[in-house]
Order: sequence, then C-alpha cells, then structure tokens
Amino acid sequence: MSVHPYFARVLVTILQIAQLISFMQNILEVKNLKKYFATQKAVDDISFRINKGAIFGMLGPNGAGKTTLLRMITGIFYPDSGEIVFDGKKFDPINDSVGIGYMPEERGLYKKMKIGEQALYLAQLKGLSRNEAMKKIKVWFERLEMQSWWNKKVEDLSKGMSQKLQFVTTVLHEPKLIILDEPFSGLDPVNANLIKDEIFRLSQNGSTIIFSTHRMEQVEEICNHIALINKGHKILDGTVRQVKQDFKQNLFSIGFESEPELKNGEGIFEAVATKDNTLVVKIKEGKKPHDVLLYFLNMGIEIISFNEILPSLNDIFIRLVEGTPMSREFREVGTASR
Amino acid sequence: MSKIWLIIKREYLTRVRSRTFILSTFLFPIIMIGFIAAATYFSVKSVETQRIAVKDKSGLFKNQLKNSPAVSFTFLDDVNKSNYRSKGFEGVLIIPNPEEVPRDTSIVLISEKQLGMATDDAIRKEINSAMENKMLLEHGIDSKVLDSIRSHSENSAFSFQALQVKGSEVKKSNSGTASIIGFASGLLIYITLFIYGAAVMRGVMEEKMNRIAEVMVSSVKPFQLMMGKIVGIAGVGLTQFLMWIILILTITTTLTAFIPSDVMHQVQQANQNMPGAAGPVSTMGNQQNYKAMAEVLNSVGQNNWFLLIFCFLFYFVGGYLFYASLFAAVGSVVNEDPQEAQSLMLPITMPIVLSFIIMANTISNPSSSMAVWGSIIPFSSPIVMMARLPFGVPGTVPYWQLGLSLVSLVVGFLLTTWLSGKIYRTGILLYGKKVSLREVGKWAFRKS
Repeated sequence: MSVHPYFARVLVTILQIAQLISFMQNILEVKNLKKYFATQKAVDDISFRINKGAIFGMLGPNGAGKTTLLRMITGIFYPDSGEIVFDGKKFDPINDSVGIGYMPEERGLYKKMKIGEQALYLAQLKGLSRNEAMKKIKVWFERLEMQSWWNKKVEDLSKGMSQKLQFVTTVLHEPKLIILDEPFSGLDPVNANLIKDEIFRLSQNGSTIIFSTHRMEQVEEICNHIALINKGHKILDGTVRQVKQDFKQNLFSIGFESEPELKNGEGIFEAVATKDNTLVVKIKEGKKPHDVLLYFLNMGIEIISFNEILPSLNDIFIRLVEGTPMSREFREVGTASR
Repeated sequence: MSKIWLIIKREYLTRVRSRTFILSTFLFPIIMIGFIAAATYFSVKSVETQRIAVKDKSGLFKNQLKNSPAVSFTFLDDVNKSNYRSKGFEGVLIIPNPEEVPRDTSIVLISEKQLGMATDDAIRKEINSAMENKMLLEHGIDSKVLDSIRSHSENSAFSFQALQVKGSEVKKSNSGTASIIGFASGLLIYITLFIYGAAVMRGVMEEKMNRIAEVMVSSVKPFQLMMGKIVGIAGVGLTQFLMWIILILTITTTLTAFIPSDVMHQVQQANQNMPGAAGPVSTMGNQQNYKAMAEVLNSVGQNNWFLLIFCFLFYFVGGYLFYASLFAAVGSVVNEDPQEAQSLMLPITMPIVLSFIIMANTISNPSSSMAVWGSIIPFSSPIVMMARLPFGVPGTVPYWQLGLSLVSLVVGFLLTTWLSGKIYRTGILLYGKKVSLREVGKWAFRKS
C-alpha cells in the first residue's frame, strides 16, 4: 500500500507544526547536560523540559547536583557537554541573563548599601534603564509595603525583610524564567505566604518558575511539575499528580462506625494498620476498590468513608533517594469525616 | 560594557561616600600637618635656656664655651654637685684637670632632671669645638687663620662635583637628591600597592561572605565583576591622592600666611641651633632649603621631569593592576576565616616586601645586576624602577631596560589578571571549603 505523496506532505507539515507548537511551549529544554568536577560527576546526563507558565519543582537531597544544574541554566557554569534551549533558541549566557531571574540558595546583598540603591543597581545590571527600574521598584515596594525602607541600609533589616528585598530584586525585571532556590528559608509564615502568593501571581502573568527545595510540603502545595535529582542523575520527572499515581501502593483507608477488627479480607485486601475507627488496607493485585466495598457490604458492616491513600512526595523522595521502603505512616488524601 | 561601567560606578561611589573615606581623606593631611606643627611648636617652646654652671679645674675652657638659645654657661669655681641648685643652675658641668693624679679625663654633666637631647647636644658640640680650637692652636694655627679658612671653604675654589660623562654628554650627577626622589616614589608605590590591593581583597571577601557573588554573576560575568572592582578602587585611590595633595597645599599655604614672621624665624633659629631636636621640618635653614630645592629641581631637570612623571604614573597604575587582580584572587579563595587570608596573602606580600628591600639597595647602587633585573621583572619593577629612574635616563637606566620593563609590566599584568580571573571565577562560588594553594594553582592553569 502506498501513501499518496500529497497526503504524506500534509502529514509532515502537520507534524512539523505540532512539533513547533510543542517546542514553543517549552521555555526551557535541557538535553543531556553534563558537568564533571575533578572529584565527582556533579551533573551526569540530565534532560528535561519545562513548559511555559509551569511551576517546576526541582527536588533532590543535598549534594545531588541541583545547584550545579541551576548554575548551568543561569549561565554561571558552562556545561561540559549537552545543550540548553531557552525560549526556542540556543541559550546564550550573556544576552539571555536578562530573561532569567535567579535567587540562589547562597544569597545576600551589599550590607552597606541603601535598599533603594541596591534594588536600582541590581535592576540596571539586568538591563533596565534607570527610569524603568525606578518605576518598577516603586510598584513592587508599594505592593509589599516596603516604601519606607528606601533609605535604610541592608544591615539594618531583619533576615525576613532582607529575604523579601532579595525576592523583589530577583523578579523586578520581569524575567520569563524565575529560578528560586529555597525561597522560603528564613521567612516567617506570614511573609512566606506573601511570597507564595507573589509566586502564583507571577506564574499567572506568564512567568515560568523553577523552584528548588527539599521541603516537600511546599512542593506539593506550589508545584505542578517536578523532577527529582540524585547523585547527578534525574531519577524522576512528571506532574505531581502523575508521580503520585505512579507510586501509589493501592492503599485505602476505610472509616467505620466502631472500632474494626484488624483482619484480612479473603484474598481481596490485606489489613495494614488500624487507628481509631479507621482501617488501612492494601488491595491485592488484580482486585479493585469496588471489591473491597462489596466485601464489607456483604458482611453488613457500615462504611462511613472510603479514601485512596496517595503517597506524599516526601515518602516518594525518601524511598527513591535512600532506597528504603516507604514509611508506614500515611497522610490521608481527603480526610475521613462524618 | 555598560554593565562594567555600572559596577565601577558603584564600587567608586560607595567607597567615596563612606565615612571612612571622608574621614581618612580629611583627617590624614590635618593630622600630618598638625603633627609637624606640634613638633615644631614644641621644639621652639623647649628653647628654654638651661643655665649650666661650669667648674673648670683644667682652666682650658675658660670663655671657650659659647652661649646659645639652648644653654648658657657660667664659669664658677666654688660650685659642686651639691650646691649648684641652690645657686640657681639646672646642671653643673665638671671638667677635671688632666694633670691631676689620679688621671681623670671625663667631663661630667650633673643634673637633677633630664636636660633633654637639645641641651646635651649643644653642650657636647661646644665642648668638641672648644677642644678642636685648642688643639689647632696648640699646633700653631692661629684662630684668625682658622676663621679665614672656615669662611673660605664655603665659597672655596675647590668643590666636589660628580660628573656623569657619556660620549660628549656631560651631566652633573647628584646622587643625593636622586636617592631621595627615587626612595620617595618607590615608597609611595609600595604603600599604594598594600593599601589599595588590600582594599580590593576586602571587597571581594565582602562579596563572597555576604553571599552576593552568586546573585551578581547571574547578571554579569565574574571577570566584569572583578575588573569593575579593581578599576573602581583605582579611581578611589587616585581621588584620595589628589585630595591629599590639594588639602596639604591649601592648609600649608594658609598656615604659613598666618604664622608671624618672627615665629618662623625662631623656628629656623631653633632648628639651626639644635640639630638633635630638629623635628620633622628640616634641619636646614631657609637659604640652605632653597638651595637644596633648587639643586633637586636642577638635577631632576636633567633627568627630564616629564619622563619621570609619566613613568611614575605608569608604574603606579601598572603595579596596582598587576597586584590588585592577585589580591582579588586571594579574596575570592578565602572563606569565613580572616586568618586564612593572612596565609594566602603571603605569596603576594612576599614579592612586594622583597622589592622594597631591593629598592633600598638600588638607591646606593642603581646599576647593580640585582637592581637591573629587579627593575625589569614585573613583580618588583614598579618599586625598583622608580628608584633607579631619577639617577638618569639613559645614563643609569638605558632605554632598552626601560622599554623592556614597561613592556614586561604590561604583559605581566595581563597575565596575572587572566590567571586571577580564572581563580576568582571558581573561588567566589565556593563556600565552606578550605582551599589549599595547590588547588588554587590548579584552577589558575587548567583549561577553561
């Protein structure tokens, strides 16, 4: 059977357009990136893509190679091999630095400088004119209630205040890609919330955010896409939902009227734990939640809640990094309530 | 380009506006002039005539000891160690009779409190000249003849002149003034290297310790950051020097206008009469001062002021650039511990100190092979060459040596800047790790 040449050409064009669209959707694409230092392979063959507007969580234990990876993406290090594509073009460390806002984990400000001048200086280094920078600083300072700080020196600020200033200077020039390494360290809950809201707002306005941390609860709260890095390798990549689905262990929690007996359900499930009026069961291979419900219905036991337990990112993280089995304490998704 | 300009501007402005800069710029000349003024004032003030009783058992010194503003001598026979105070003297000078047995030839000055160096010197001088006169007279030289010889020798027919002759060119050589100018400019460059080199190092350390470095290098290249700092601080240094020169000139001219002429005269008198207490002003009288100044100008005039000033600026800037980047590299390697900075600085401070030692030797022997090589190798050339130049170009320093020295300094600073840039780039982003010199060497010489 032969395909009509015209049809083939249309097919190719459609494929090209599709490719182009998917290409356009990536703000950043990293291909086979490698960086070896004298003593270790800091980043060993890592590839991933980040969609425009995503909040991308970069996870990994200390020393996994996150910082090295981020330094290559920000143009501070040159990769030994591999390719970085930024906004559809090959990454150019000098010109593209304007499109990136990087808040490193090791961050600080000139202590003796006045806050206003400091913000102005850093904004100008990102290519803004003095006037533009002034306008934007005013808007940001107003929104974060920092107007009265202009003439203060950084050394007079509290740690939380200087973190806020650091965040503002990172995003002031409205970069397409914002990279935040442990952005909430040193912030009290109120200011952390404030910054979190700003992250969501920036994301809605079209900025893409890479969020590097080892605080898993923040990742679950903020990110929609994650990559897990360990010992220089990417060991996991996907949406938060997908990752959780992939690592679920068919665990369900069932709430009863009264304390249930811990017993296994005849080839359908295995009781794992019991607490208060709740039983945690692991459904056996080939069986469905439906079968569990039927089992209890047939027994005439009243069920008041039935929830799937998805593993927390923390558990997945620890399991993958340490190679240890998942902990037995599960956080429930959608708590049982009467 | 505009980014490096922004960095230079910030480095310059934050330093120039800082309290330490303003204080040191204004206080240094004031303190210096104040110190000189105070020293002069006290040297004048201390011209309280010390009354000394003289018991001359030998009878040789009668009327030979002349009074001066510092001491007045009174010859008395009935004075001794125990009664001079009651007679109203500050001290008693006891001159033994050399013919007495047991023989005693030491002249003793007895006083209750320390009479001071000026008085001591004046007395010693008087005794020596009295002895000298006495001996000359003993050998049949009349004091009148002696006086006429003395006055002649000042404008005498014979005087010492050292001439540098090269081909048909004859030059008056004046190694004294050349040494002074050479030493002063060498010293100035030596001090500058330390002050502003250390400022660069501290600046880099500040950026590293306050964790600004990584934020900065996500916007600019590390090399821009380093060069911006070096150039900015050079500007600060030049500003400070200019301010000092202007301030010192203004203050001294206004001060001299306000000082009454008799006080000035007294100062000169005091200085003339008391070589020991001369203070930092000058041991020379006014006329001698002018004469010396004229001599300096004259002898340097032969060396070409223009060349000398050009070379000074060249070695000043070149030497700073050569060492500043090395200081920056050290600053980038240091972690929290300032002790570490001390040991890492050693490889840089050693050659600077060594060049100073070579420079000190160069002044007494500007054509020795150590001086020649020291003035060509860029590690020491800024300091050593400046000490050689006032001795004459192309007399003492042939053109080829000067040319080679200038070129090697340029090549040298390009090389140190390039190597330091590589160390700096790695160093500023490295936290919490103690780095050995060997590792630093590896960073410098690895391929990028």
